[in-house]
Amino acid sequence: MKKIDIAVFVLGILTFLAISLSLYMAFIYTPLEKTMGAVQKIFYFHLPLAWIGFLAFFIVFLGGVLYLITGSIKWDNLAYSSAEIGVIFSTLVLVTGSIWAKRAWNTWWTWDPRLTTMLILWMIYVGYLMMRNAIDNVERRAKISAVIGIAGFVDVPIVFMAIRWWRTMHPLLITSKGMGLAPSMLTTLFVSLASFTLLYLYLLLIRVRLGLAVNTAEEIKIRLSDKL
Amino acid sequence: MKSLWYLFSAYTIIWFLIWSYTMWIGRKQTHLFREIERLKTLLSKHDLSE
Amino acid sequence: MRYLKKVLAITVKDLLLEAHTKELTPAMLVFSLIVIVIFNFSFEPGMQNADIITPGILWIAFVFAGMLGFARSFAKEHEQESIRGLMLAPVDHSAIYLGKTLSNLVFLFCVEIISVLVFGIFFNINIFPIIPGLAVVLGLATPGFVAVGTLYAAMAANIRLREILLPVLLFPIIVPVLIAAVKITGSVFKGQPLSDVSGWLNLLVAYNGIFIVVGVLTFEYVIEE
Repeated sequence: MKKIDIAVFVLGILTFLAISLSLYMAFIYTPLEKTMGAVQKIFYFHLPLAWIGFLAFFIVFLGGVLYLITGSIKWDNLAYSSAEIGVIFSTLVLVTGSIWAKRAWNTWWTWDPRLTTMLILWMIYVGYLMMRNAIDNVERRAKISAVIGIAGFVDVPIVFMAIRWWRTMHPLLITSKGMGLAPSMLTTLFVSLASFTLLYLYLLLIRVRLGLAVNTAEEIKIRLSDKL
Repeated sequence: MKSLWYLFSAYTIIWFLIWSYTMWIGRKQTHLFREIERLKTLLSKHDLSE
Repeated sequence: MRYLKKVLAITVKDLLLEAHTKELTPAMLVFSLIVIVIFNFSFEPGMQNADIITPGILWIAFVFAGMLGFARSFAKEHEQESIRGLMLAPVDHSAIYLGKTLSNLVFLFCVEIISVLVFGIFFNINIFPIIPGLAVVLGLATPGFVAVGTLYAAMAANIRLREILLPVLLFPIIVPVLIAAVKITGSVFKGQPLSDVSGWLNLLVAYNGIFIVVGVLTFEYVIEE
């Protein structure tokens, strides 16, 4: 069996164990939060999803830069895989955030700087995926993806600052999710963060493996058509 | 507790989405694996006949 | 110095072409005016929130007009195959980027100036005392928008669905410019001094700097025949 398949297997088991542990800790180990009750427990997955979402987009940026420097399509494959996973994680952040907001503050959406920035980030990377579907030429697609990934990533801090500035001029009806964190909550958060990092790496690995297979299939097809 | 429904739906969505994605990748992988094998045999047949 | 000359040569070529054909700018202007007029229909006269909404209308009009202009400017090059000639010229491709950005900037400025005048008439805002403030916000916000828009238009130039993709790709990136421009314009309309919005002005300067650099560095990879 190839090395990558072994890595996938091991990582898969580790991820499964870690996620199970964080589920246990989130539901049973941590106490119920005073004001919000059970719905607060969304936090243990909502926050790691957001952080790992950002990590995923950083990898898109990195993959783009490395592709432009080296020209090796493997970096584009990495960037694309990470973008797909990043979009999934960001979608989950927005959806879980919305569910939490509805229960805790009786509104489906708030123009909170962090949530709004996440929405913009989501739009940038959905655009990235749409654009990839519109180009067939492998190299051109990789180059444009790299530039969009770089521009998008550079833009996000600016967007965050702009929105936060804007928001401080209009006092929020809903204050940010400040909560006192009991030690058990903090531990659970870290365990959850670690398990989502593992999940991200696992998904990234299997997605990259798929991408490599796609490229291999394309190559063989080209060689076949040359011979015919 | 009404809260539990929200909590439950949030978690369900998370795992549903992640699970579906993993399954999708798995299916494409097997499909591609078969495709690559098929193409490789085609290629080697051509090499032999030349 | 020679680099600058080449950049300007490209800009001047575009400007001359436009002066002869008058294809682009009238279309952009009409588009901008249509947006302004349509928004007018959504408001009652003398509405409470007019202050807050009117700067937004202006900038949405500019954004749409701008995107139209950027897309057309590259589409034209591809249609006429002049893009090949440009690329074969003995100059760093980033000069093409800067040249095109400058010409797009000139076109958009013209559209903006006329739109502002018309806007003042339609919404009964006295433009003349606030011209310096408006000049600053137009002068600071437009370059950043055009720099990013030109880069993205070059990317979208040869793709399927480019009419849909350019707005989809561009909008999230220009959110900071939009917010800052609308904030500053709103403040200018109220007659406040520019020092009140210095933070936003700084943000625009930073944005412009960052994205012009990004554009110059990455245009090379984006342009193709």
